[in-house]
Amino acid sequence: MDNKNKEVIDAIEAPIYLKYKFTAGLAPARFLSQLKQGVLTGQRCPKCDNVYVPPRGSCPACGVATEEEVVLGDKATVQSFTIVSIPIPGNPIQPPYIVANLVPDGANISFIHLMSECVNEEVRIGQRVTAIWKPREEWDFAMDNIRYFKPLDEPDVPAELIGHLSVNGTEN
Amino acid sequence: MVKDSLLQKEYELGFTYTRSTGPVVGKFLTGLKNRQIFGNRASDGRVIVPPMEYDPETFRPLNDFVQVSDAGVIESWCWVSKPRSSHPSAVPFAWAMIKLDGADISMIHHIVTNEQNRVVTGARVKALWIDQPVGFISDIRCFVLEED
Ligand SMILES: [Zn+2]
Repeated sequence: MDNKNKEVIDAIEAPIYLKYKFTAGLAPARFLSQLKQGVLTGQRCPKCDNVYVPPRGSCPACGVATEEEVVLGDKATVQSFTIVSIPIPGNPIQPPYIVANLVPDGANISFIHLMSECVNEEVRIGQRVTAIWKPREEWDFAMDNIRYFKPLDEPDVPAELIGHLSVNGTEN
Repeated sequence: MVKDSLLQKEYELGFTYTRSTGPVVGKFLTGLKNRQIFGNRASDGRVIVPPMEYDPETFRPLNDFVQVSDAGVIESWCWVSKPRSSHPSAVPFAWAMIKLDGADISMIHHIVTNEQNRVVTGARVKALWIDQPVGFISDIRCFVLEED
C-alpha cells in the first residue's frame, strides 16, 4: 500500500513486530542436539513409563521430571492426518500435501510432520512410515532435518496399538 | 541425562496489518497529508482533535469537521530524558498534551527542544512538518517551542 498518490487516506500500514529470544530449555536442547546428529530421541517418565517426543523435561500426567533418554528409530505409525489443499501465506510447500500426527516406534505420543512419496488418497490411520532425512551436511538443530516421512510396505497397526509399540516396532 | 549447553535463538514474529481508517480518521490523516489538522464539533459545541467518530454524549456519528491551527498551548507534559528505540525521537523529548488553537480538547504529541526548562504548561508550540507528508501522524515530525 502506498498513500503517496492517494487523494483521500482510507488505510494505513500498521505492522506489529514481536522480537523473541527463545531458550530451548534442558530437555528440548538435548533433543535438538541429538537431532543435529541425526538421532530422534524422547524421554521416559519414571512413574508411568510413557515416552515423550519431543521431550519437555516433565511428564504432564504425573508431574515429575523425565530424565531417562530413549533413542527412537526412524519408523513411525500414522495416528491421524489431514490433506492440506489451501496454500498458507509464507509456506513454501505447494498443496495438496499431507500433515500427519506420527507416533515413532518406542514413543507414546505423536508429533506433527509431513508425509510424501505417498498417494494422498491412500494415506490412512495405522499406516507405517519411515523418516527421510536430509543429507547429513544439512543437519541443524531442527526437526526439518527430517524432510518428510514416506510409507513403508508393512502391515497397518490396529488403532488400539498405535502409540504402544516398542522401539523395534513390536507390540509391548 | 547428558547435559548440552542451552540452545537459544532470536526470532521475530510479524503481523503486517493494513488497517482501514474509516471516514473520520481518514479525514484527519488526509488533512495531515496536506499539512492541515482537522477536528470535529461535538453536540456540546466542543471541537475535538483528533476527530471522534461518535459523539460522547449522544453517540451519534460526528461529521462536522473543523480545521484547527497547527500551533497551540502545552496543557501538560512529561520529559523523557532517555528515549527508547520505539519512541518517536532519538534525542530527549517531552510527551505533551497540546491544545491547538481552535480546539477544545488537547492532543498528545511530542516536543523536541534543547531548552528543557522552557517546556512548561502554558508555553506555545507549533508543529514541525516533515518534507513530504504521507497521511500519517508522524507527518508532524514533532512540535517545537514558538519563539518568545
Ligand atoms: Zn508419567
